[in-house]
Amino acid sequence: MARTGPTKVARRTLFALLALIIVCIITIGAGVLSGATSWAPKLGLDLEGGTEMILTPKAEGTTSISADQLNQAVSIIRQRVDGSGVSEAQITTEGGKNVVVQMPGTPTQQERDLITASANMNFRAVIVSSNAPAGAVAKTALTPADQLSTFVAANVLTPNPDPTAKPANGSDPNWITAALMTQYEETSCIAPVTELPTNSDPAKPIVACESDTGAKYILGPVEIPGKWIKTASYGLQPGAQGVTTNTWAVQLTLISPEGSNAFKAVTQRLNAKYLANPNDPQSRFAIVLDDNVVSAPASQAVITDGQSSITGNFTEASAKALADQLKFGALPISFTIQSTETISATLGLQQLEMGLLAGLIGLALVVIYSLFQYRALGFVTILSLVIAGGLTYLAIVLLGWTENYRLSLAGVAGIIVSIGQTADSFIVYFERVRDELRDGRGLAAAVDNGWHRAKRTILASKAVNILASLVLYFVSVGNVKGFAFTLGLTAVADLIVVFMFTHPMLLLLARTKFFGEGHHFSGLDPRQLGAIPLYRGAGRFRSPEDTLAVATGKNARAAGEAERRQTIAERRLAAKEAEMVGSRGTGAVKPKSGDDAKESK
Amino acid sequence: MKSFATFGNELYTGERSYPFVAKRKTWFTITGVLIALSVLIPILVGGFNFGIEFKGGSQFTISNVSNTSPAIGQSAVAKAVPGADAIVTNLVGNTMQVQTNMLSDKDTVTVADALQTAYGVTVKDVTSTFVGPSWGADVSRQAIIGFIVFVLLATVLMALYFRTWRMSVAAVIGLLVVMIVTAGVYGASQFEVSPSAIIGFLTILSYSLYDTVVVFDKIRENTADITSSTRRTFGEEVNLAINQTLVRSINTMMVAVLPVGSILFIGSLLLGAGTLQDLSLALFIGIIVSTFSTVFVAAPMYAWLRQNEPALVKQAKKVQARRAAETVAA
Repeated sequence: MARTGPTKVARRTLFALLALIIVCIITIGAGVLSGATSWAPKLGLDLEGGTEMILTPKAEGTTSISADQLNQAVSIIRQRVDGSGVSEAQITTEGGKNVVVQMPGTPTQQERDLITASANMNFRAVIVSSNAPAGAVAKTALTPADQLSTFVAANVLTPNPDPTAKPANGSDPNWITAALMTQYEETSCIAPVTELPTNSDPAKPIVACESDTGAKYILGPVEIPGKWIKTASYGLQPGAQGVTTNTWAVQLTLISPEGSNAFKAVTQRLNAKYLANPNDPQSRFAIVLDDNVVSAPASQAVITDGQSSITGNFTEASAKALADQLKFGALPISFTIQSTETISATLGLQQLEMGLLAGLIGLALVVIYSLFQYRALGFVTILSLVIAGGLTYLAIVLLGWTENYRLSLAGVAGIIVSIGQTADSFIVYFERVRDELRDGRGLAAAVDNGWHRAKRTILASKAVNILASLVLYFVSVGNVKGFAFTLGLTAVADLIVVFMFTHPMLLLLARTKFFGEGHHFSGLDPRQLGAIPLYRGAGRFRSPEDTLAVATGKNARAAGEAERRQTIAERRLAAKEAEMVGSRGTGAVKPKSGDDAKESK
Repeated sequence: MKSFATFGNELYTGERSYPFVAKRKTWFTITGVLIALSVLIPILVGGFNFGIEFKGGSQFTISNVSNTSPAIGQSAVAKAVPGADAIVTNLVGNTMQVQTNMLSDKDTVTVADALQTAYGVTVKDVTSTFVGPSWGADVSRQAIIGFIVFVLLATVLMALYFRTWRMSVAAVIGLLVVMIVTAGVYGASQFEVSPSAIIGFLTILSYSLYDTVVVFDKIRENTADITSSTRRTFGEEVNLAINQTLVRSINTMMVAVLPVGSILFIGSLLLGAGTLQDLSLALFIGIIVSTFSTVFVAAPMYAWLRQNEPALVKQAKKVQARRAAETVAA
């Protein structure tokens, strides 16, 4: 049988689709078993409750921000958020200019201030350093406030002889007050890390942690503000004979004269201490970003020209990171709050429930309409919609797992809206098949021909949809993105379903008795569609194109010719016989022809 | 009683035909009037009603409120931040909405706390939004960029697919009509324009062109061999294609509008103003207008754009000559 060909292909396609779905399910199942994901999609803030802050970073003295600076801003905020103990915060960039911070729950005012404060880089001299990861001193072991001198003697190599004198320079232990001492002892730089203020008075000493090493510091007031940094770069350190060594170094250039002069004074002081004892913490200066020590190198030489080389146990990556941070110090970034939205868990849940309810009602209405319009064929629509929905769901769960995609309310709306557009592919297809049936073709042939034509239309129109979602996704901000994403996703799912399910399914159904013989409830009843059978009796056959109102493709010329040769009487007879094909060739300009035909019946 | 299928049959054969192309002057005039109204009415009523996302400001939603008296909210806001202008409404059921003029981010938190205490709910029930003054401008600018990029790309895509720029032009004109009329309805009815409404507008872009492409594809099919046929003139073929796809247009509009309608219903009746309502309202209007625009504007526009091509004029003469000959013969 010639018919086994398409049937086989159809079956194979259906199996391929089944395999695709099973692979997705197994993948997610494996993820669930390993605890990496769950069966439910990840939800956005508007469905789960939480806070979203949209910040626009702005570098001082510039109007726009570079991609590098934006990434820098993200890493600053990430550090702040991680430091503040907010878990599960997501920090992303948007539209090449905004930083979006999303976190569950409601942040405290302090946390908000922390996130939105402008970032600040400066250099401070080290007064006290733990030199090693340091936690908090037990409450009972805290040094009493009146025993400051004991603390200073224990922590400072060369205490100042007169502890009551005003501090003479940035490294002077006289900066240490009883309060500062207690703060230092109570601070832990190892987990759980103590939250420290990030925007301290530059004229005052601070307690700070170095997050990389966990070391704890007391630092003097700011001696070199970040704006005095001209630039920074990194590379391999040149050796004594000009041969490149294997040591990574960061080259720092300060602006002259303010930066280079100040740095000269600082390094003179610190270098003297270094020469006396290379292990003296007071020979070091700390590079501080947001009151967090980025690096605290010792001053091994007096820098007179503002050109300094920082070495340490750098890898290429860490040298680059430090150079980037220093560069950024030259352009302090401040943040403007574009919007802050705290969505209560109650409202989030309510929105999720309502969204799902709306989806179900919408789906039910489409189902009823399809059944009404297409009878049994409506079930193919419903099954196709269910499969498209299932594919979309799996894709969202998979993307939530791999790309951390979160479904937002706008995304849910996108899915609901797409129900209609997905169903439209089937409508376009079924209408084409019906058109073919009206031309008198058998169902199998009608499905083949109808598909051939509908395929083009579906591809062209879905291309418009996908184009729209791509454009929206890439240029848009805010929740437009989530909406565009699901709209595009469902368009792709729709294409998969039409090609891999609906069409193969119809191919197979066309060969069943119920559909093939055009049962009254099949939705493809040729009698109901007013089709003229190909065999008209008395040995007269007609070609399928004979009554086709529209001549298309290769047969247009032939059809036109055939029509010209037909007499009017013949034509009228044919029309009467068919009892439905009315005023052929009269064209659309006579609006009344429809009414006339009705009267004549 | 005539079934929908019979209606489809008659449209398919041309037995029943609506004069979309022939009466295009009427349709274009109606469209012109609608566009004029869409521009004039919003101007007369004082422009669009932009939401706080565009003006900047703070908004609070308090769920699970037992006493829905707006006065409680008014006094709570007045006490928390003296001088703040608060509009308190009972959104739906036991949900209150409070909108204020621009507060600082800090004051927004203060007001949220005050409202929580005043209405006696937990922190889990308070939603607060602070929008800076430039955020709305950002959203609109990106939306406009998106609109332009999409229209340009879609024009190219359609021109390539249909092999004629006139279809692109006709489709884009139809699209513009949809946008203007939908925006006009928004302006005239003073519905709040929020970012969600903007999403709705952008989706209409996609829907409108999508709808037009399906109809145009049928036109392309019907007119592929127009020059070698004397059966119908170009305009008549276009009109037949519109009629033949009319059942599809109606069905598509229905299945597209039904889910959107259910979002609109749920969004406005059960949830009160918000993302769902704003988005679905724009879509609801847009989908209906799109269907009409494709059939009454875009397709007749295409026929009009091409009717004076020499080849088509010649073909139309041939058709008339044949018809005249037939009349004589009969």
